[in-house]
Amino acid sequence: MTDSRTDLAVADAPPPAPPADQGSGKPEPERIRVRSWSWSEAAELGGVALAALSLVWLVYEQLTGLSGGLGFFLCWFATFLIMYWIVQRQRHDKMAARDRLVTVMIGGLAAVIFAALAVIIGYVIFRGYSTLRLHFFTVDQRHVGPLSPATAGGGLAAIVGSLEQVGLALLISVPLGVGTAVFLSEVKGKLGRPVRIFVEAMNGIPSILAAIFIYQIWLIEAHNQVSGFAVAMALSISMMPTVARTCEVVLRLVPGGLREGSLALGGLEWRMVRNVVLPTARTGIITAIVLGITRVVGAAAPALIDGGESNTVNWNPFHGPQDDLPYFVYRLVREPIKAENLRAWTGAMVLVGIVLVLFIVARMFSGTWHPLGWGRGLIDRSRRSRSPLIETDATSNGGSS
Amino acid sequence: MTAIDTTRPGSDAANKDGPSRLTAHGVHAWFGNHHVLADVNLDMTPLEVTALIGPSGCGKSTFLRLLNRMHELVPSATLAGHIELDEVDIYRGDLSATEVRRRIGMVFQKPNPFPAMSIAQNVLAGAKLGGIKLADRDATVERALTRAGLWNEVKNRLSMNGGALSGGQQQRLCIARALAIQPEVLLMDEPCSALDPTSTRRVEETIGEICSEVTVVIVTHNMQQAFRVSQQCAFFLATEGEPGHIVESGPTEKMFSEPDDQRTLDYVNGRFG
Repeated sequence: MTDSRTDLAVADAPPPAPPADQGSGKPEPERIRVRSWSWSEAAELGGVALAALSLVWLVYEQLTGLSGGLGFFLCWFATFLIMYWIVQRQRHDKMAARDRLVTVMIGGLAAVIFAALAVIIGYVIFRGYSTLRLHFFTVDQRHVGPLSPATAGGGLAAIVGSLEQVGLALLISVPLGVGTAVFLSEVKGKLGRPVRIFVEAMNGIPSILAAIFIYQIWLIEAHNQVSGFAVAMALSISMMPTVARTCEVVLRLVPGGLREGSLALGGLEWRMVRNVVLPTARTGIITAIVLGITRVVGAAAPALIDGGESNTVNWNPFHGPQDDLPYFVYRLVREPIKAENLRAWTGAMVLVGIVLVLFIVARMFSGTWHPLGWGRGLIDRSRRSRSPLIETDATSNGGSS
Repeated sequence: MTAIDTTRPGSDAANKDGPSRLTAHGVHAWFGNHHVLADVNLDMTPLEVTALIGPSGCGKSTFLRLLNRMHELVPSATLAGHIELDEVDIYRGDLSATEVRRRIGMVFQKPNPFPAMSIAQNVLAGAKLGGIKLADRDATVERALTRAGLWNEVKNRLSMNGGALSGGQQQRLCIARALAIQPEVLLMDEPCSALDPTSTRRVEETIGEICSEVTVVIVTHNMQQAFRVSQQCAFFLATEGEPGHIVESGPTEKMFSEPDDQRTLDYVNGRFG
C-alpha cells in the first residue's frame, strides 16, 4: 500500500509530458494521478475555508458578541472541517471523504505549527533587524552608556561566551553521551537498566538546577571563581542526557545483521562499534548532537549563576566572568532603557542565527543536506580510500557494466 | 596483529600443510532450556561443498552458527560436544572466538554489506575489524572480488557505496568480504534465499569456483541447489518436541538417489518439509 502510494507520488513530480512520444507516434496514455489535487478541489478547499470564516465571523463577532483570537481561530477551524466534510460527502463515498477530511486536518495542524515557528522567528528578526550592525559581531559593550543609541556597541562578549561555553560543553558531553549510548545499546550489561533510568531522570533536570549544582559544588565548595568553564559544566549536565538518549535510539536502529556480519569476519567488538555501528549511524548521531546544542544554547540560568556578568569580551573561558547570549538577552530586555531592549532583540536574533548556522553545518557534515553541493564532496572525499588503485577509480566513477 | 601475505593464492598459514578439516562430534545445542540440536556428528570434507538440508526449525542454521562460534552471541545459548578445526577444539582450545571466526568465515541469508563503507572498504572490512595488516590492499580487493565473480561488474566503481549494488551483487560482495581474509572454511546460511534465479546461478557458480581453495558448508532449503552445488550432504530433521538431529549424511549423489533412510528419500523428493 505504502509503496504504491510513494510510486504515485513520484509520478506526480515531472511536469505533464507532451501528448506524443518522440518517434513512436503513439500518444502517451492518459495517466492517472491518484494523489494529485485538481484546481476544482483546491477551489473547494479555499471556498470552504472562506465560507467557514464568514459564518464564524457572523456568529462569533456579530451575533454572540464573543471575543478572543484563539477562540475565533478554533471555531473557524472546527467549522471549516465540518463544512469540508459535508462538501466532500456530496461527491465521494464515506471512505474517500474521510480520507480527504483527515488529510486536510493533518495538513491544517502542520500549518499551525509551521505558522507558530514562522511567527516566532519572524518576530525576532523583525525586532532585531533594525538595530543589527556589522559591528555587533566585533565590539562589546564597554563604551556603551545609558544615552548611547541602540546601534552602539555590540554583542561580541556574549557571542564569544556562547560559542566557547557551548563548545566546551560539547567537548564534555559528546564523548560521555555517545559513550553512554554505546554502553546502553552495544554492551547491554546488567547496569544497562539503572544507567538508562538515570539518564532519563537526568534529562528532566531544569538548567537552573544544573546551574545551582555547579554553583554549590564548583564555586562554593571548591572555591573557584565564576567562569565560562563553570557555565559549560552546567550546560553539559543538560546536554549529556539528551545526546545519550537520542544517540542510543539511533544506534538501536543499526541493523543487527551488520553487527553479526562484523563479528563473523573475526572482528573485535570495539572495532565493530568504531568502524561499522557508529559510521552507519553517523547522521543520527549528528542529529543527537544538534539536539543537545539546541537544548542548552538558549539556557540563561547557568550564565546568570555560574558565569558572572561581563560587558567586556573575555576570551578565556577558564578565568574571569564571561557573558553569553541568553543571559545578554535576559539582562538587557529587563533594563528600563529602550536602546538596551532593542539590543536584547538583536542578541536574540543573533542567537537564532547561530542555531541555524550550527544546524546547517551539522547537516552538511552528516551528508544528508548540502545547500551548495559542499556536503556531498566532503563525504566523497572522506570515503575515498588512500589506496592508489581505488583513488584512480574514484575519479572515473560512473561506468557500470 | 597477524600479517597475511595476499600476493600468492592460498598462501595463508594454515593452508601450507594441506587444507584444514572441520569436524563435529556429539554436538548438542540449547537456547535456554530448549534443546534444539542433539548428538550431531559430521565431518566436513576439505575442499568440498557440504550441504545441510532439512525442513525449517530442524537446527541446520544453529549447527552452522555453532561452527564459527556465532551461536554464543545469543545470551541464553549453550552447547555440548566437540567441534574441531584441524584437531583443535574451537571451544576449548587456545583459539579465541575472533580467531575462529577469521578462519571460518560466514555469509548470511540476507546480504549485509556495511552501508557506511565503499565496495572496496567492504572487501577490506574483515582486515580492518580484525586488526590485520594487509600487505597489498589493492591486490586483496581485486583477488577477493574476482574469486566472488564480482570484479568485472564493479571494478570501475570501487569507491561507490556497497548498498547501491543489486541484491545478488551485494551477496557476492559479502562473499568477497568473507574471502578477503582468506578463511579456511566458508559457512553459508541460505545465501540465495533472498535472490532471484539469475543471481542465484551466479552465486552457485561462485561457490563452484571457490571450493578449490576453501571448504564450504551451505545451508539450503532448495533441494535442486543442494544437488547442484554440493558433493556431501547432511539431512537434518526434528520431530515434534524432539531436538533436531542428523538423519543421514554422505555423498550428495547417494543421498539424492538411494539414501539409506526412507525419510531422506521422501524429503529430497519433496514428499514433506
